[in-house]
Amino acid sequence: MPLDVQEGSVEAGLDALDTPVDTTEGSRVRRIAARVLPPIGAVVVLVAIWQALWAAAFWPEFKLPAPAAVWSQIWQLVTSGDIAELFWVSVHRAVIGFAISLLIAVPLGLAIANLTVVRRGIGPLVSGLQSLPSVAWVPAAILWFGLNDRAIYWVVLLGAVPSIANGLVSGLDQVPPILPRVGKALGAGRFGGIRYILLPAALPGFLGGLKQGWAFSWRSLMAAELIATSPELGEGLGQYLHNGMSLSDISMVFAGIVLIFVVGVGIELLVFRPLENTVLKARGLGPAR
Amino acid sequence: MTATIDTLPDVLSPVRFHQVGKTFGTGRKSVVALDGVDLEVEPGEFVCLLGASGCGKTTLLNLVAGLDHPTAGRIELNSSRPAVVFQEAALMPWLTAAGNVELPLRMAGVPKAQRRAKAAELLELVRLAGLGDKRPHELSGGMRQRVALARALASTTDSTGDAGDKPSLLLMDEPFSALDAITRDVLQGELLRIWRATGTAILFVTHDVREAVRLGQRVVLLSSRPGRVVQQWDVEDAPDAAAVTDEINTALRKVISSHAA
Ligand SMILES: Nc1ncnc2c1ncn2[C@@H]1O[C@H](COP(=O)(O)OP(=O)(O)O)[C@@H](O)[C@H]1O
Ligand SMILES: [Mg+2]
Repeated sequence: MPLDVQEGSVEAGLDALDTPVDTTEGSRVRRIAARVLPPIGAVVVLVAIWQALWAAAFWPEFKLPAPAAVWSQIWQLVTSGDIAELFWVSVHRAVIGFAISLLIAVPLGLAIANLTVVRRGIGPLVSGLQSLPSVAWVPAAILWFGLNDRAIYWVVLLGAVPSIANGLVSGLDQVPPILPRVGKALGAGRFGGIRYILLPAALPGFLGGLKQGWAFSWRSLMAAELIATSPELGEGLGQYLHNGMSLSDISMVFAGIVLIFVVGVGIELLVFRPLENTVLKARGLGPAR
Repeated sequence: MTATIDTLPDVLSPVRFHQVGKTFGTGRKSVVALDGVDLEVEPGEFVCLLGASGCGKTTLLNLVAGLDHPTAGRIELNSSRPAVVFQEAALMPWLTAAGNVELPLRMAGVPKAQRRAKAAELLELVRLAGLGDKRPHELSGGMRQRVALARALASTTDSTGDAGDKPSLLLMDEPFSALDAITRDVLQGELLRIWRATGTAILFVTHDVREAVRLGQRVVLLSSRPGRVVQQWDVEDAPDAAAVTDEINTALRKVISSHAA
């Protein structure tokens, strides 16, 4: 090895040796297949067991419908176009409720995380509300607001706000203390520190809270729609389920459950999962398996 | 460029301590971290602050950086905002390398085009040109620390994207101690090159005597609990580096063993 090593080349060599390498392998198609096939398999197995139980006629037809009967209920909703209205009524309510929850929960979470008095005062209250099933608010909401959208939004808010606020608080609590200190050394003021350091640093935890907040708002909405039914409210998925019960039509009830499940899981898979994966991947944190 | 009317006297030190003390807590449980510290850094000077673990080196840097305030005495700061490099690179994991360097400029309201140019220039200075798009987790420990250095240097500029007429000051708190020996050796060389290229004054904290002697023009030894300036060595003009290193080592051991009793 020559003695006069070129200037900067040792460094370049070190950089090349030290730089972490990406070791994920396999084609895109295979990775997606490995993700998608197991849940599909699980659904197939479940339906097969269901079909077998139905064929064995353990339970009378009015208790356990045939998978085909449930499917034809759903198919009929699709061909008649009624499914669009069911989805629209419920999903737009859930989305609006979620958006309002976000507007309330973010300042609330920021206040709890940053102000000791607020944390001591209402922190435990917010955590407690998270474990109170928001459906418990339905009777009160109906008495206060009547059978209308406001009652439903009230229940959705009480379901989603505590989850989102708590997610933000735990996200902020998990920010390594060195980061705000570095921010201050770099010249961040109070609001600069929140805007440029704290909020982005808390994002992964906050996204977890958002995901949970969505689940809670969907759940609360279904409970509210199921209990608070009135022609004024329009027909959402909860009401559809309720109608199935009134008509003693078990295949309609099952179809309602399937649709509620599909929407809840669908939004999580289409919106929250990709969002979370993008954020985590950009930070070199592995996506949740 | 407009000429400044009252030109600053060219002897103004970037930082000067006047009998600075720092006590944490009150009453019987209080800890006196620093006591009666007098210290001055000349413009463009490279000073190494040496001391055992827990002697108040970090506390002292925090006081200069404005992250904490002295409980006694006064610190006279005549520099632009000091650039601070911590032991951990502490890069923002959601930003690219260039994004990290731009961060202080963004917070200072520097326009985008100017930010870009400044970040590219600083990344070039730490020999990371072309790696601006990498995320922190895609970089090695040494590279991250160089990004942190570039980011710190960016923080000294004001909203016009320029550091003004004040002398600059770089504060470094054991920045290389978490790195392996070869990387540390290379980065020490890089730091000396950057120091000569920028002419900034540096206050460099370390507990490693060899590092202090290699880098500094002056080595300041701090005692422990309370931290006081014990002794100083002018190591730049020392004829025999090995002899000075031995002498400082002996002094450091003496300070540490005085706590054994
Ligand atoms: N925030 C704090 N509260 C109480 N004591 C502290 C605090 N920060 C530092 N100390 C104490 O001050 C002394 C000096 O600490 P530090 O400056 O971190 O030392 P060094 O950086 O030289 O290792 C230590 O005894 C430490 O325990
Ligand atoms: Mg320290």
